[in-house]
Amino acid sequence: MLAQQDAHEAERNARLVKAVYVYEAPLRLWHWVNALAITVLAITGYFIGKPLPSIAGDTSAQYVMGWIRFLHFAAAYIFAIGFLGRIYWAIVGNHHARQIFILPIFNRNWWGEVLYELRWYLFLVKEPNKYVGHNPMAQLMMFLFFTVGAVYMILTGFALYGEGLGAGSWADQMFGWVIWVLGGNSLQVHNMHRLGMWVTLCFIIVHIYAAIREDIMSRQSLISTMVSGWRMFKD
Amino acid sequence: MTETFYDVLRRQGITRRSFLKFCSLTATSLGLGSAAAPQIAHALETKPRTPVLWLHGLECTCCSESFIRSAHPLTKDVVLSMLSLDYDDTLMAAAGHQAEAILDEIRTKYKGNYILAVEGNPPLNEDGMFAIQGGRPFIEKLRETAADCKAIISWGSCASWGCVQAAKPNPTRATPVHKVITDKPIIKVPGCPPIAEVMTAVVTYMLTFEKLPELDRMGRPKMFYGQRIHDKCYRRPHFDAGQFAEAWDDEGSRKGYCLYKMGCKGPTTYNACSTVRWNEGVSFPIQSGHGCIGCSEDGFWDKGSFYDRVTDIKQFGIETNADKVGATAAGVVGAAVAAHAAVTALARARSKSGIDIKQGQEER
Repeated sequence: MLAQQDAHEAERNARLVKAVYVYEAPLRLWHWVNALAITVLAITGYFIGKPLPSIAGDTSAQYVMGWIRFLHFAAAYIFAIGFLGRIYWAIVGNHHARQIFILPIFNRNWWGEVLYELRWYLFLVKEPNKYVGHNPMAQLMMFLFFTVGAVYMILTGFALYGEGLGAGSWADQMFGWVIWVLGGNSLQVHNMHRLGMWVTLCFIIVHIYAAIREDIMSRQSLISTMVSGWRMFKD
Repeated sequence: MTETFYDVLRRQGITRRSFLKFCSLTATSLGLGSAAAPQIAHALETKPRTPVLWLHGLECTCCSESFIRSAHPLTKDVVLSMLSLDYDDTLMAAAGHQAEAILDEIRTKYKGNYILAVEGNPPLNEDGMFAIQGGRPFIEKLRETAADCKAIISWGSCASWGCVQAAKPNPTRATPVHKVITDKPIIKVPGCPPIAEVMTAVVTYMLTFEKLPELDRMGRPKMFYGQRIHDKCYRRPHFDAGQFAEAWDDEGSRKGYCLYKMGCKGPTTYNACSTVRWNEGVSFPIQSGHGCIGCSEDGFWDKGSFYDRVTDIKQFGIETNADKVGATAAGVVGAAVAAHAAVTALARARSKSGIDIKQGQEER
């Protein structure tokens, strides 16, 4: 009786599940390390601009601001080197690894699909398209907010880091020009770097929301894909 | 025979002993070490005097005020006597046509071989009518004298960046020297005013070695503008420890904690205040309990309050800083996401129940 009921239910809800291997191991590892680095960077960065309440006591025994800045710089190195590694992986990895670096902006169909995705998010179409990698809208957002954003934060961040290391240091030689390009007043660059942190936070909110939502709504796996690498198509 | 600096000094009644003391002091402040002292002395004794013309554009004369208060009394005597002999409209004895004649004389006699020191900047609006000297716009005088000079020193933040008269909305279109004169080497000595010892040392370096000191990306001498106030601040240990003055006159403030939270611009300001200090090395703003206002940085009047660390960004409207813009944006995005999620859930609930009904009907 029960078995019959179950068989019936299974038949009713049966879905063809197809799986494609999308994200290779190094890319997945990078994603989570990167996520952690960004979290540390945002929190420590916030407190570098607006430090924690002052602490009393022997100055030589305290190193609060020093540690916060150390964590920020350490996470920044991990973020930047990770980004370089990610670029390397875009070259040697599968074609999905290239998506967030290269947009097919000359492809009319691609723009059409971006608009289709937009209509999906505006509840104007009933069913989303299925994609093995990023959907075109996601790809566009990843490029604008993550890839461009990461370059911007690395450039401004290491330029400011170079100020601490001092004139003539490697960071000053490689990134010092950024401050000059942005008008020469380092205070301005500090403010712009901080704005970048807030933009990143906005991106994270949308990124996580979209991932959870699409996982539920769009007939394909997203979150588990970034863990296992396999994209599951649920119908 | 053209006279040397040394000749001028001796004529002013300065002893050889004082002269040599000046040479060692200058060598030290330039970071050249003691071996350079005899070199400076030799140069000043043998080289023909390089004239310096000191022009005043739109400014407050605080650079001159600072300059004549140079710590070492001899420093000002040395440099000032060299300068005032030629041209400095606020300090020299001559006036009127007599004074203006000196400009022409130096320009022809020392063509391509004199140094032009500019304090202040030319306003460009209304054909430069906001600064008239000798019946002519200052910009004309600047262009003429700059045409035959060897190099230009931009004294202070006015000449280097524009300073207060170039602050928004800059009604007179006050413009820093390097944006008007583009074909001459320009050395910027920013600050409002610059430190006296920095000014005299820069002049002495240029006169002695007949070349510009090494400049950074922004055109400032590296020896004085190579580090931030923050890098050599004596309160830096409090910064690293996380000990800050939270309000004026609070416990931390009295204990001399870091003024970062009170808006100190030391971490973004390149100058020598924390090493050379002011008024014969007596003190500097942070030492007297007030944060640095960043007076030697470009556009420091337009970069928000002197008392905030995360300062206002004018492009986003009055009193809006990165955190306000960012938190607002994050709030809007968060609210949009929540609304979107709600609509999604609603739409899904509706379509799901629809399917179930449909399927139920099929089964029957």
